[in-house]
Amino acid sequence: MDWSLFLNLTVSGLTLGAMYALIALGYSMVYGILKLLNFAHGDVFMVGAYIGWFVLHGLGGPLGTDIAPDLVLLLMFVGAMLGCGVLGVGIERFAYRPLRKAPRIAPLISALGVSIFLQNSALLIFGAAFRDYDTYHFVGVKTFQVGNLFISGPELLTIGAAIGLMIALTLFVDRSRTGKAMRSTSYDREAASMMGIDVDRVIAITFFIGSALAGAAGVMWGLVFGQIYNYMGFIVGLKAFTAAVVGGIGSIPGAMVGGFIVGLAEAYSTGYLPQGSIFANLYVFALLILVILIKPSGLFGQAAITKA
Amino acid sequence: MTDGPVNPEPPTPPDGQDGPQIGRDEWVARVEGRREGYHGIMRPIREAWDRLPRAGKLTALIIPAAIFPLITAEGNVFRYGLFTMVYALLALGLNMVVGFAGLLDLGYVAFFGFGAYTYAILASPHYNLHWQAEAALPVVVVVCALVGFLVGLPSRRLIGDYLAIMTLFFGQAFVLFVNNANRIKFPFVGYTDLTGGSNGLPNVDPLNFFGYKLGDTRQQYYLLLIAIVLVIVMLYMIRDSRTGRAWRALREDPLAAEAMSMPVNRLRLLAFSSGAAVAGFTGAIYVTIATAALPGDYDVGLLILIYAIMILGGFGSITGIVFGAIVVTSVPELLRSTANARPIFYGVILIALVMTIRPWKRLAAVLGGLIAFGFVVHAIASAWYPRLVEGKAQGSGWFADFLNHWMLFPTHVTTMAQVLYIFMVAAIVIVPQLPRLWRTILLVPLLYLVIFVWENLMIEQITGATKLILLGAMLVALMIARPQGLAGEAYVEIV
Repeated sequence: MDWSLFLNLTVSGLTLGAMYALIALGYSMVYGILKLLNFAHGDVFMVGAYIGWFVLHGLGGPLGTDIAPDLVLLLMFVGAMLGCGVLGVGIERFAYRPLRKAPRIAPLISALGVSIFLQNSALLIFGAAFRDYDTYHFVGVKTFQVGNLFISGPELLTIGAAIGLMIALTLFVDRSRTGKAMRSTSYDREAASMMGIDVDRVIAITFFIGSALAGAAGVMWGLVFGQIYNYMGFIVGLKAFTAAVVGGIGSIPGAMVGGFIVGLAEAYSTGYLPQGSIFANLYVFALLILVILIKPSGLFGQAAITKA
Repeated sequence: MTDGPVNPEPPTPPDGQDGPQIGRDEWVARVEGRREGYHGIMRPIREAWDRLPRAGKLTALIIPAAIFPLITAEGNVFRYGLFTMVYALLALGLNMVVGFAGLLDLGYVAFFGFGAYTYAILASPHYNLHWQAEAALPVVVVVCALVGFLVGLPSRRLIGDYLAIMTLFFGQAFVLFVNNANRIKFPFVGYTDLTGGSNGLPNVDPLNFFGYKLGDTRQQYYLLLIAIVLVIVMLYMIRDSRTGRAWRALREDPLAAEAMSMPVNRLRLLAFSSGAAVAGFTGAIYVTIATAALPGDYDVGLLILIYAIMILGGFGSITGIVFGAIVVTSVPELLRSTANARPIFYGVILIALVMTIRPWKRLAAVLGGLIAFGFVVHAIASAWYPRLVEGKAQGSGWFADFLNHWMLFPTHVTTMAQVLYIFMVAAIVIVPQLPRLWRTILLVPLLYLVIFVWENLMIEQITGATKLILLGAMLVALMIARPQGLAGEAYVEIV
């Protein structure tokens, strides 16, 4: 057993998993309330990465920032989260709200339309070229070494920030009044509205939070992998959705755990399974099928009585 | 359908009540209202169309399609005819899965690719196999149906969205596999170049039945026409068969269908593998037309196109889908040149305005206001900021001249237009939420902004990003306006 390889794969798996988990939370929360598979969510993540890039370059670029890099980082996260949150609310208002009473397939296709729209709008206004975060010059190449384990600054930041955001979200959903409203809306929308909960407002808040988390994941992706492009949201979104299903869709702790499982599975299959670097996505797919076959409701999901 | 037994007159409600009554299902009660759904000039056309017997509908579709290659150049047959046919066939097969049985299959294009690659392997210099079409086509169809069955097998436990995500992943896995299957080690065989990787499989044989080659574009066209007619006839027969009715019951309410002792799992698998068989068959024909199997042809882009066709035509409608295919394939071809793109764009905007703004006085006010607004903005800009009007509209002719005097064309426009594009999208989301008066007033600058972005930014990328942006926007708009598609059967979901 090569422990060094194992540890480093674990680190990259946890980094990937942290980002998948953040995106999966958005899928899961929206699904919990609307029973809607929000295909456009992966593209919201992509927009977040672009907003982060524009904040970075608006403040002078990776080389010439006038203010401290830590502050720039903070502003990138805040900008991406706010921008994506507003975008998510806009998408919900425009593309999903008119379809609440339509057959289930209609909002799905509307979501597909939003997804194509966002991808190609990014192509139209940002161009097809890759945008470079240039993490190398921006936050430095500092690598922490513990024995055989190497962990880079952006990786540490991603895992730390993601866990921080998840704790904040859990506290918000568990303790706050709005969180309580979200939980009851997800439990039974009609009954919640009869109890005086403004369901439209709760749904808008859910979209805001979910999209903001995806935006944060977008900035992290840019920092860790250095480059962003307009189609990156699709496959990442797909894997994040896998994470949500593995964890049990509709469940918030499920999305977090599922994200880390999918990230680790991807990293380990790259390292250990035959032809893993080519077919890592196939192995993730196989994992999804396995989970669906054994426990369709996911690890943390409740078996629901299905109707319609 | 008029020559069936005459239905008795529906009983009139005793007290003229419109709403649902006790003991009468709401959906059944509203059936008359749904039949009355056609408005305006479309109404006599739609009613005449509905009265036409099936054979008549089919003839009405075949005759123009059969004449088309005789009156136009070979290039047009290739560009419009063949692709329309291929897409129509694909959409018809997808309609069986999504429209009839209500299963959201997002891996459908992979079956199309599977058929194409299977045929390409059986009939190309790649392994030096040159099977005749009469032997290869049945093999392709059976193999695709089997693969569809296998993919459907784990999906049979899945409801709606899980199935969607699984099939979407299957589609991705297929593309990933064919892109890399030239350099991986297979069990038992070892290294072999199965799919040619990203270079694909070139030089696929043309279709050859019993030694007779169909290499000419017109011959391929008529072959496809025959295939479409066969598939349509088959679909008509399936739709009203025992299985077809069971599928529709399944689509409306799986739980109720199961309670009526329908074999839900078997029906789902059947729908899945029949759709896969049609897709594989189409793929085999497509690969002989394209003469090469390339991995990029079977990606999400095509999936979205096929869904757009099916949605435009309407779920469950067979003739609607043929029209959808014609619209979706010919419009992008027409959009390729600026000279065509402009009338389509302004035409669509005008039609949308006419359909949504009532009464006509309000519409006249908006249009008049828009023209006046443009001239005022142009005058102000040329007096104070001449840089904003120094550019020129693309193309020539009276309309471009008009635009030059009415619309702003700044020099070095790119950054400004990109920012305004984002602003425009935000405005399109916000303006409809406002109170009615503000909505009408703000519509004028919004339209001006849309035209500005269109003329200065979007029209340059008409073949690339713009086309897909419009496709995406169309899907959203269509879902909001008419969730069942243009010619679809309205169906309610009982929740």
